[in-house]
Amino acid sequence: MADPLLKVRDLEIGACACDEDGNLREIEIVKGISLDLERGHVLGLIGESGAGKSTIGLAALAYGRGGVRITGGQVLLDGQDILELGPRRIGQIRGARVCYVAQSAAAAFNPAHRLGAQVIEGTIHHGIMSRAEARARAAELFGILGLPDPATFGNRYPHQVSGGQLQRAMTAMALCPRPDLIVFDEPTTALDVTTQIDVLVAIKRAIRESGTAALYISHDLAVVAQIADDIMVLRHGETVEYGSTRQIIETPQKDYTRALVNVRTVVKEPAEQQSEAILRLKNISASYGTGPKVLDNVSLHVPPGQTLAVVGESGSGKSTLARVITGLLPPSEGEVVFEGTLLPPRLAQRSRDQLRQIQLIYQMADTAVNPRHTVAQIIGRPLRFYHGMHGQRRRERVQELLDAIEMGRGFSDRYPAELSGGQKQRVAIARALAADPKLIICDEPTSALDPLVAEGILKLLMKLQRQTGVSYIFITHDIAIVRAIADSVAVMLNGRLQRFGPRGQALSPPFDAYTDLLLKSVPETKVGWLERALASRRMESGGH
Amino acid sequence: MGDDRTDGSPRGLSPVARLILQRLGLSALLLVAVSLLIFIGIEALPGDFASTYLGQGATPRAVANIRAELGLDEPVWSRYLDWLGGALTGDFGASWASGQEVSGQIASRLGNSLFLAAIAALISVPLAIGLGMIAVRYRDRLVDRLINVVSLAAISLPEFFVGYLLILFFSVKFGIAAFPATVYPGMGVIERLEMVALPVATLVLVVIAHMMRMTRAAILSIMSSQYMETAELKGIGALRAIIHHAAPNAVAPIVNVVALNLAYLVVGVVVVEVVFVYPGMGQYMVDAVTVRDMPVVQACGIIFAAVYILLNMVADIISIVANPRLRHPR
Amino acid sequence: MRLRTIPPSAWIGMAGIALAFVAAIFAPWLAPYGEREVIGQVWEPMSRAHPLGTDNLGRDLLSRLIFGAQTTLFVALAASVLSFAIGIFLSFFAAVTRGLVDQGLSRLNDLMMAIPTLIFALVVLAALPQKLWILILVMAVLDSTRVFRLGRAVAMDLSVMDFVEAARLRGEGTVWIIFREILPNALSPLLAEFGLRFAFAVLFLSTLSFLGLGIQPPDADWGGMVKDNSDGIIFGIPAALIPGATIAALAICVNIVVDWLLRRTSSLKGGRDG
Repeated sequence: MADPLLKVRDLEIGACACDEDGNLREIEIVKGISLDLERGHVLGLIGESGAGKSTIGLAALAYGRGGVRITGGQVLLDGQDILELGPRRIGQIRGARVCYVAQSAAAAFNPAHRLGAQVIEGTIHHGIMSRAEARARAAELFGILGLPDPATFGNRYPHQVSGGQLQRAMTAMALCPRPDLIVFDEPTTALDVTTQIDVLVAIKRAIRESGTAALYISHDLAVVAQIADDIMVLRHGETVEYGSTRQIIETPQKDYTRALVNVRTVVKEPAEQQSEAILRLKNISASYGTGPKVLDNVSLHVPPGQTLAVVGESGSGKSTLARVITGLLPPSEGEVVFEGTLLPPRLAQRSRDQLRQIQLIYQMADTAVNPRHTVAQIIGRPLRFYHGMHGQRRRERVQELLDAIEMGRGFSDRYPAELSGGQKQRVAIARALAADPKLIICDEPTSALDPLVAEGILKLLMKLQRQTGVSYIFITHDIAIVRAIADSVAVMLNGRLQRFGPRGQALSPPFDAYTDLLLKSVPETKVGWLERALASRRMESGGH
Repeated sequence: MGDDRTDGSPRGLSPVARLILQRLGLSALLLVAVSLLIFIGIEALPGDFASTYLGQGATPRAVANIRAELGLDEPVWSRYLDWLGGALTGDFGASWASGQEVSGQIASRLGNSLFLAAIAALISVPLAIGLGMIAVRYRDRLVDRLINVVSLAAISLPEFFVGYLLILFFSVKFGIAAFPATVYPGMGVIERLEMVALPVATLVLVVIAHMMRMTRAAILSIMSSQYMETAELKGIGALRAIIHHAAPNAVAPIVNVVALNLAYLVVGVVVVEVVFVYPGMGQYMVDAVTVRDMPVVQACGIIFAAVYILLNMVADIISIVANPRLRHPR
Repeated sequence: MRLRTIPPSAWIGMAGIALAFVAAIFAPWLAPYGEREVIGQVWEPMSRAHPLGTDNLGRDLLSRLIFGAQTTLFVALAASVLSFAIGIFLSFFAAVTRGLVDQGLSRLNDLMMAIPTLIFALVVLAALPQKLWILILVMAVLDSTRVFRLGRAVAMDLSVMDFVEAARLRGEGTVWIIFREILPNALSPLLAEFGLRFAFAVLFLSTLSFLGLGIQPPDADWGGMVKDNSDGIIFGIPAALIPGATIAALAICVNIVVDWLLRRTSSLKGGRDG
């Protein structure tokens, strides 16, 4: 066998970052990476945010985003070091031999031009095909990628199609010139689970049929496992482990990889169902302004000391549910009953004690805590506001809470900018806890965090529930989390409750059609899962 | 893009047409509100014009006479409606100071002012956009920094300072430009242009820095968008990326910048006209303000405001038309 | 923030601003002659006794410049502080209360901004008596529309942040939310805006005085001094340019400092996202 298509040797990449004083500082973000990629093969790059995986992907096009600069090493494409090429020569490779698929196709397409023209632009510019040939090729690719009306799809503008369709159009754009290599940069991360599986299947099929090689970048091992021949695990810009997909998944050598593979270590036996409930929603409907109903006749309840998981995709109304319960959005119909008493629909009408009983934890810890307040101020405010604590007593209680969220005492004078994402989320949890609530609503508190950090947060939440007997409403799109921590489950679709009941019952057959689709769409970290999921889907649709 | 589909929305109007109509209606409403503010606002303010007009020692009888003569004894509303009706037909009443018809005075002066602003716009718009593009092209390099520093200084210069500086050098020291800038009806175009050379130069210097800085910011935000990165990663070359991908999206923000600065120009003529003793609307208004000649002040105020509102409206309409989301609805 | 990280240009700007304020505060001790004292011939050239020469009435130009700093800076500062107080209070109030209050205030603001500031000022000053406090008030009210627009945008951005919603859910009042949650985060853009507003107030006041509608003689102020001495220009006497250059220099200094402040905040933002 000759040289591999792509050969990277000792790649080093630096970036200019500004410190607090606005001074430029050089930091290393990729430290000596080497990899090989054969023609027609797919290599998965996996790691947490900041692991340098996107930067490596773009280096395959000799491109550095923003202040990023490639400082050392070689990127050999068919034996030629593309880092040494001048702008004209590298321009001949980009969009012809190596193509790129961005994470957010919505921003990557020019709003002023039709999709078709953008898809074939590079192909025509590089003289690979005539305009007519490129059009035909694009229509063919639209068909392979499962886009509606392949012949006329290209006449639409980017804002006229959905996010999943844009992502597929971007894949078509990359495939159009029949490149040797495509870099996929988290192409399904912004999509819903049920859409993700379709796009994943489309990408896999298109790669196989065109025989192109690919670098597939993702933070989700389960996704990469479905599509890659080899996997490289990255952390802090260094290789942790590099091997075949089967080897990485079935016999990981390093602790970090093992942790990624078996990420879910939180296990909670579902509690026995109780008839009493701390919170009861009765026939809730709600809408924003005069718009359509975002919630339609939803009834459910949460027993004390237990966790209700609310599952759904974007637009299902699960976050609106939290807004109704907290009083931010008064329902148009229905009642919210807390501990047997009817809660006033509006926030302003609720008493301070009623507000204290229900606390909220947000998805984005970055924006959930005030960047100009110290940790002690953030946690201390509810102590003073609800419990009138002052001086020494308040300081002591803040320390206790910091201990409870497993953060050291030295943190109380720090500002949020000095904390990591996971630490910020812990501070937000401590702030909720400081109120001594009976119910905490967790709105996707782990979805913005890296898997191992998220696992730590889940463990903490479970520990706090055991210690304090607090109830949770856990809003999420992640079925794996539901399986791990929920006592009861509510599945939502388009503002309606599809399914509600104890975990064992809700997640066992017989299913309604949507819950079935949802459960089958969640990738599992197993080789060949995608094919099996597809097969079972086809079987069912054949049976109907 | 000539193949725009003209598929109508349920109401029979495309969203673009609907938005433009909305914007036209809003501007008309705004103009009425402004006229109310100018007219009623002045009436509601303290200080009686009749006594100001006659001075401290006026007898009550003389004050009453002059009030009746100027029509000030009628109720405010009926006077406002009279005034508005007149203004719409081009009749702004008679000046208190000279007794002449305001409209006749304004007609030639408005032409002079617009001439001045138009020449300044013709020179400054292409220059500012060109400089803005150069600054983007050589971003963070010496040329960009130089343009940044010079323009920062230029936006800090008061118009009258620039004006007198130019007079001192070009008119007094070198004697190559005219001062004062006298124009009269029936003057030839070439002669007229010679006369306004310095006022135009002043306006250009003052407005160009603002316009250039705003153009630079507008283009930079487009150049840093993700679809420009996509274009670069397609390997289509910088020139094609700029012409094909950046330009169509840059039209609306740049037109906005231009309209905003044209509106600024129209106001800028006030000071420049006073400096150069140029017979335009601005000088007319300033003179009227000093002697509290209210009909003239009101007439000039509403006309300046109307031009300003009109230019802003044009900018908005162009951004509506340039927006592909509105032109090609789902 | 450390002192040595401040670029030299910003130092120059700050020094210039400081110089103007020192001149204004210590005017009676610094000025060689009195504000209205006629001490020589009309438009005497620069000399040892009169470093900047004399003005159109034979008064010492340097002394008038120093006393003029007092009037100009006081009026401009008073107007910008007042416009800020009005603009920030109303805009934050509108952003936090939302609904009808916000609608009403925003539409009124749009209406005020639909009339060019100078034209509006001319119309209003034509009707009002010429008093210093009226001048300050008119400048402040007109300028507060710009502050309102920025303040509302900043407060709106911040008030949809989760930490503000968290405070609302906790049951905090409007005053706490404005002063403890939003204001600390809005300080740096507002500080930069204050600088811009102050520079604008200096230029605007000078323009009004130049047109004869601002500070009334015989009080010295920079814009008025340009007007007083403008007749000398056609004889080649640059006396009018000196106060004009002073106005420009002060405005440049303020703009340099503001430019640095804005760069600093934007680079901070960029650093955090990365």
